[in-house]
Amino acid sequence: MKDLIIRPERCMGCRSCEVACAVSHSESKNLFSALGEEPSPKKRISVEHVSALEVSLPITCRHCEDAPCVSVCPTKALSKDTATGTVNHNRELCVDCWTCSMVCTRFSNLYRLILVSGCWTSSMAHNYGVIDRRTEEGTVIRCDLCGDRELPACVEACPTHALAFLEVERRQGTNALSFS
Amino acid sequence: MKQTALEKSIDPASQAMLQKAEDEGIETAWDRYEKQLPQCSFGQLGICCRNCNMGPCRIDPFGEGAEKGICGATADVIVARNLLRMIAAGAAAHSDHARDAVLTFKKMSEGEAGSYRIKDEAKLLSLASEYGIPSQEKSNEEVAAELANVLLLEFGKQNGPLLCTKRAPESRLRLWLDLGIEPRGIDREIVECMHRTHMGVDNDATHILLQGLRTGLSDGWGGSMIATDVQDILFGTPEPKKSTVNLGVLSLDKVNIIVHGHEPILSEMIVEAAEDPELLELAKEKGAAGINVAGICCTGNETLMRHGTPIAGTFLQQELAVITGAVEAMVVDVQCVMPSLGGLAGCYHTKFISTSPKADFPGTLRMEFHEEKAYDTAKEIVRTAVENFPNRNIEKVNIPEEKQECMVGFSAEAILKALGGSPDPLIEAIAGGAVKGIGAVVGCNNVKIQHNYGHVNLVKELIKNNVLVVTTGCNAIACAEAGLLVPEAAALAGDGLKGVCEALGIPPVLHMGSCVDISRILVLASAIANRLGVDISALPAAGAAPEWMSEKAVSIGAYVVSSGVFTVLGTIPPVLGSQAVTALLTKGLDGVVGATFAVEPDPFKAANLMLEHIEGKRKALGLK
Repeated sequence: MKDLIIRPERCMGCRSCEVACAVSHSESKNLFSALGEEPSPKKRISVEHVSALEVSLPITCRHCEDAPCVSVCPTKALSKDTATGTVNHNRELCVDCWTCSMVCTRFSNLYRLILVSGCWTSSMAHNYGVIDRRTEEGTVIRCDLCGDRELPACVEACPTHALAFLEVERRQGTNALSFS
Repeated sequence: MKQTALEKSIDPASQAMLQKAEDEGIETAWDRYEKQLPQCSFGQLGICCRNCNMGPCRIDPFGEGAEKGICGATADVIVARNLLRMIAAGAAAHSDHARDAVLTFKKMSEGEAGSYRIKDEAKLLSLASEYGIPSQEKSNEEVAAELANVLLLEFGKQNGPLLCTKRAPESRLRLWLDLGIEPRGIDREIVECMHRTHMGVDNDATHILLQGLRTGLSDGWGGSMIATDVQDILFGTPEPKKSTVNLGVLSLDKVNIIVHGHEPILSEMIVEAAEDPELLELAKEKGAAGINVAGICCTGNETLMRHGTPIAGTFLQQELAVITGAVEAMVVDVQCVMPSLGGLAGCYHTKFISTSPKADFPGTLRMEFHEEKAYDTAKEIVRTAVENFPNRNIEKVNIPEEKQECMVGFSAEAILKALGGSPDPLIEAIAGGAVKGIGAVVGCNNVKIQHNYGHVNLVKELIKNNVLVVTTGCNAIACAEAGLLVPEAAALAGDGLKGVCEALGIPPVLHMGSCVDISRILVLASAIANRLGVDISALPAAGAAPEWMSEKAVSIGAYVVSSGVFTVLGTIPPVLGSQAVTALLTKGLDGVVGATFAVEPDPFKAANLMLEHIEGKRKALGLK
């Protein structure tokens, strides 16, 4: 399966992915024309600054059908709404264990970065931003990998290749992922 | 997706060199453009601000994120400030060029620049009289010294009006005064732009843009006009003459020297030194059949207009010229010189020689140029080129065959002379409908548009519809390459324009010079408006910059529109992030200065916008 992979160590926080995402989900698919569109086009990716890690990172959720984050969440803070297909997050139940980011194809790099940077505790408070659960008026605004495009718009727009579009494989019987 | 050589340019000579570059693994501006794609949306919309170190700040164009910068500046303020800085940079480039021309002129008058002399005495005396300098019982040098001092004051003075603005119609001057945009001193306007855009100074988009118009005017009716005038005195006012253009002007058996950039101060000397018997003898010794000087960009236009020196190409052909493998020296001064040339020259035998005290580049041979010993330096530069001739690697040489004849040299003076001394015949042709109006088409190349596609197609559409085109800069070179600057091109014009061109023996597209020479177009437009007793904004005329890229073009746009001429831009300026600024530029300005901007990348649609505008103005004047 090909998916969007986030490499937080490369993100410079320019938000080019956000604008490209919104344009890619506009009527006209053109930056200059998209400006005047009603309703204004919505982005599915959000650049957030994780101050404890001193990194910015683009956050985006596909609301996977077999959402692995939901199945590993020990406190059931993450759940799948079968009616809308969204992955929902309950702040009250979340204990900031980051297990979800360990199994998320998109965020396993971030997880590794956290391990390497050794600031586990201080960064845990930022888990709320990791999996984006953006909805508007009951509609799911989810990353659809830009449908027919060869490359998702955000990947194409990222000047530092902090976003990549790679084949992801889960090694059998483990949570470990490999990218190619 | 990678563009093919055919998709990058419409010009066969350029296509051949782009193919050669690809075959040889040489990188060009088009390759670098591909690596920049997609370009930053915030930059394209003009909504990023780096003017203070609380930032950088940017505005979310879709309204979900930040609506203001840290200081509270909205998209309107940020876009307007960025635009003002572009205008300031453009006006600075033209005006600093003018300053150097005047300083050379002053040194000449004081006998300190022995290589220069007064070429056009009549223009000296007419300018002296215009500036109120008595010339009786004085030597030309004494008059020149006084004129130089008056002109230098234009840069530093604190109160307007700039003296050249008196050439504009009375009603236009009154309008500028009433709006408070009458330019004061050239340097003052530019400095004020930098002050106003500093953190926490001018924060009203309209107020900021008015200063942009004033600064533009200080360029068009100040710096640029002074540069043109002084260069005419020093090097001669252009008169019609024939020449050739395109990469095919490079010679297989002669030493090829390219002069590139924007100022004629050095290139005039190079042209002269290339005829020096001593250097011609040296060329023979080195196995060359002679010395061939060719121009690129506006340095090229300056020597083309005055000497008929051939032109090797437009802005986007500067790298392609080196890629022919036949250029012994690429000699540059200032503006529009790609820093890539250093590395590129290293792939061939070409010496990349930088000459301006202001402009150094990686990979250049520095041969700094000063007026006091102008000819000596020029000789040294030519000698370096000649001595480099034996290093030419014949296996790497491929000069395209394409070269095109052209008729150039249409200064405002030359046009009036061709018309018999007054604009009346042209006015009659316009009134009678044979000529529908005048199109001023100028500007750069831009990799965002297929090289020369915008220029050539827009101009062809205009002449087909009986609009006489006046051109400068890279548009002029593009038109020349497409064969539009010969009297025979009248065959491509509508019947009315064709008849006029045939009667006068002129091309339907008149080359008026370099980019500072857009001032000549202002002078011509004023002459016509004054004769008719109307403002410039009432004339059936329109401007266009189909492939613009430089900040100078933004300043030009500002002064052309503030002078009352509707102008179509072929590439999108970084302003669309602000609806208020966009609306002001494309609509609101009409009620302020009687002209607006339009943006239209398609040259056929752009021509239609200009034609509609011209028709509207004809109707308003009661012409059919």
